[in-house]
Amino acid sequence: MMRYKKSVLGLAVATGSLAIASGAFAQGKELVFGLQCDRTGPTATVGQVLCPGYHDYIALVNSKGGIEGFKIKVVEVDNEYKVPPAIEAHERFKKEGAVLEGLYGTPQTAALNKKLEEDKILGTSPGFGTAAAADGKKFPYTFPIAASYWSQAGAAVEFAKEKMGGLKGKKIAFVFYDNPAGKEPLPILEDLAKAEGFDLRTFAVPAPGVEMGSQVTDIVQRYKPDFVITHLFGRAPSVSIKELKGKGYPLSKVVAFVWGSAEADIVAAGGMGVAEGYNTIQFAGVGKDFQVIKDIEAMYKAGGKSAPKEMDSTVYYNRGVFIAALHAEAARNAIKAKGGAAPTPEDVKKGMEQVKNFTLGGLVPPMELTQADHEGGGWCEIWTVKGGKLMQTKKWFQGYRSVIQRHLAAEANKS
Amino acid sequence: MFHREAGVFKTTYAADMALYPLPIAKWTIAVLALIFIVILPLTLHDYYLSILNLIFIAVVGALGLNILVGYTGQISLGHGAFMSVGAYAAANLAVKLDLPFWLTLPAGGLMAAAIGALVGVPSLRIKGLYLAIATLAGQLIIEWTINHVPAISGGAQASIEVPRPDLFGFVLNTQGRLYYFLLFFAVLAIVATLNLMRSRIGRAFIAVRDQDIAAEIIGIDIFRYKLLSFAISSFYAGVCGVLYTYYFGIANYEQFQLGVSIDFLAMIIIGGLGSVLGSVFGAIFVTLLPIVIRTLMEQVGSFFFTDSELASVVSGTRLAVFGGLIIFFLVIEPEGLNRLWRNVRSYFRVWPFSY
Repeated sequence: MMRYKKSVLGLAVATGSLAIASGAFAQGKELVFGLQCDRTGPTATVGQVLCPGYHDYIALVNSKGGIEGFKIKVVEVDNEYKVPPAIEAHERFKKEGAVLEGLYGTPQTAALNKKLEEDKILGTSPGFGTAAAADGKKFPYTFPIAASYWSQAGAAVEFAKEKMGGLKGKKIAFVFYDNPAGKEPLPILEDLAKAEGFDLRTFAVPAPGVEMGSQVTDIVQRYKPDFVITHLFGRAPSVSIKELKGKGYPLSKVVAFVWGSAEADIVAAGGMGVAEGYNTIQFAGVGKDFQVIKDIEAMYKAGGKSAPKEMDSTVYYNRGVFIAALHAEAARNAIKAKGGAAPTPEDVKKGMEQVKNFTLGGLVPPMELTQADHEGGGWCEIWTVKGGKLMQTKKWFQGYRSVIQRHLAAEANKS
Repeated sequence: MFHREAGVFKTTYAADMALYPLPIAKWTIAVLALIFIVILPLTLHDYYLSILNLIFIAVVGALGLNILVGYTGQISLGHGAFMSVGAYAAANLAVKLDLPFWLTLPAGGLMAAAIGALVGVPSLRIKGLYLAIATLAGQLIIEWTINHVPAISGGAQASIEVPRPDLFGFVLNTQGRLYYFLLFFAVLAIVATLNLMRSRIGRAFIAVRDQDIAAEIIGIDIFRYKLLSFAISSFYAGVCGVLYTYYFGIANYEQFQLGVSIDFLAMIIIGGLGSVLGSVFGAIFVTLLPIVIRTLMEQVGSFFFTDSELASVVSGTRLAVFGGLIIFFLVIEPEGLNRLWRNVRSYFRVWPFSY
């Protein structure tokens, strides 16, 4: 009997100490987020601003005590817009125990789709990858979390319609970068041209897109469109602004997709004054008029530092904040669902699929991510260059959502 | 460095021409095999295996380019495009006809070889920089074609997803399993190249490189051997592309653009033109060094910077350090890492009695 009691006591002590040990472990609670960046490759102008935005938001969250008591550690890998380093980055995130990762680059996203699914870690690809990835059933671990090129095409046409007061018999020129990402919106535009009765003509710009004199001459002097939609990358957007302006086309009748819509593109084209009237599509809020941006500035001030210069490039900086905020929100949902325990990547994926009513004062659209819709509804905003800066012209909206959904459904049935 | 020729007497031609002329070399190979087949995969984390996997694939591609540039003396800026030819050929076969990898892999290689030989035709008339431009055109034409022909590219996205390779019902879907898959092909490529270079074909390549007129005079059909070199080199490139495709699970031409061709040229120049071991060194150097530099800088830098600052500091300086190291190694030994390794070896061969 004595021995029995002793062993029970021993067991109790053992369990107790184990509980204390695990409690102590929980004290240093930490979640790891993986982030791929391009700070040195061909799209470095984006990464150098976007990634600091991401880090700053996470630093802000950590300075306020983290997410439900969990501190966030960001592991960043610069993939230089190359594919092998992106694979290496993914494996590194896995090794560090990341619960989610932010992808960077379209070919990189394509190469990682399958790995994400096998390893059951979600990856976000805002502005990258295929529009079809919005379908959560087909791509269960890939989350575009922002308007795809299809949704942007819908938004562009809707904006054109509003601007011109109808599309019947109008002529719209679509200028695109001649690569898969550039060609992606074509089926949507062709569909809408048929449905709305406007004439669509497409103008391909070959990589690297710094020479488009002949295309723009063709557009402005021969085709004479009523509206121009541009979908360009890298240096090409600023060249397009310069050329259109130079050939006398009114920029107020031009709308650019999300990678031709940053302050840097406009400044490189000769400054805000030159580009008066230029319209841009955005998937995250623009400008500094958000509480979260003010909080980040206050955080720097409290630390005795001045706010970094990246903050002035608000389009890309805010996109970084936007990605970080959605990552954090997904983790928060996951932790809450587990009653405060450390979530697994699988939990965080479920958390991401519950993101809803999270607008961060308008910086994030009123999106709703679900198991079926990883795009969150394809919300866009239109911002226009007015009086030397980008001003909001159209609040969050979904352009031709039913058409996009029909295409997504057709894509899902294809295989 | 423990290799000693003393007491090794060759009495037949076969012995003289053996791949491993010394008994101890066979032991070295056995030890290497043990390390790579048993010890590394059992002890290393998946992360390190994934880096090794990337190196294995790069080794295959670098060997192919070295056959053309290093051994035959022809220059090519189209290596990336040949990879994409192999990748798309294999992906189409794997998806449309549901063929297994052991058929799509050689098929992708052969397709790339055919296209490569075609792109190599200008090499019969032009040399050096002119040939570089001609092959550059080949690269761009192939990229454009894949981008604009849906029958090849499988639609507007120009990417074709392929299923994971499986062998006797054993799906190769983890880094560990892919490790053996890729190791096999890397070793196969190394052994094949070593043997190719000891054969009539390999010697003809070297003769063409050293002086093509002289080679023609001694009876080497330059037309045939230049095209053959392009074809063999592209075959390797095609296989490399297929391996990438199976490794990533997708064929996408944006993964094989001009930058990739240049990366591979960098590999063989750093590693050593015209040497098999050099190709391996080059592939390791270019793949591994950026990772090593980053890891070291992150460790050291974490004492001075916050995480956010560190990220921006590291990515900029890493490129500078990487570039600096390339220059450093090429200055101390212009013939590449392979020559450096041979210098070290020949120093220790007579050490400590160097006279």
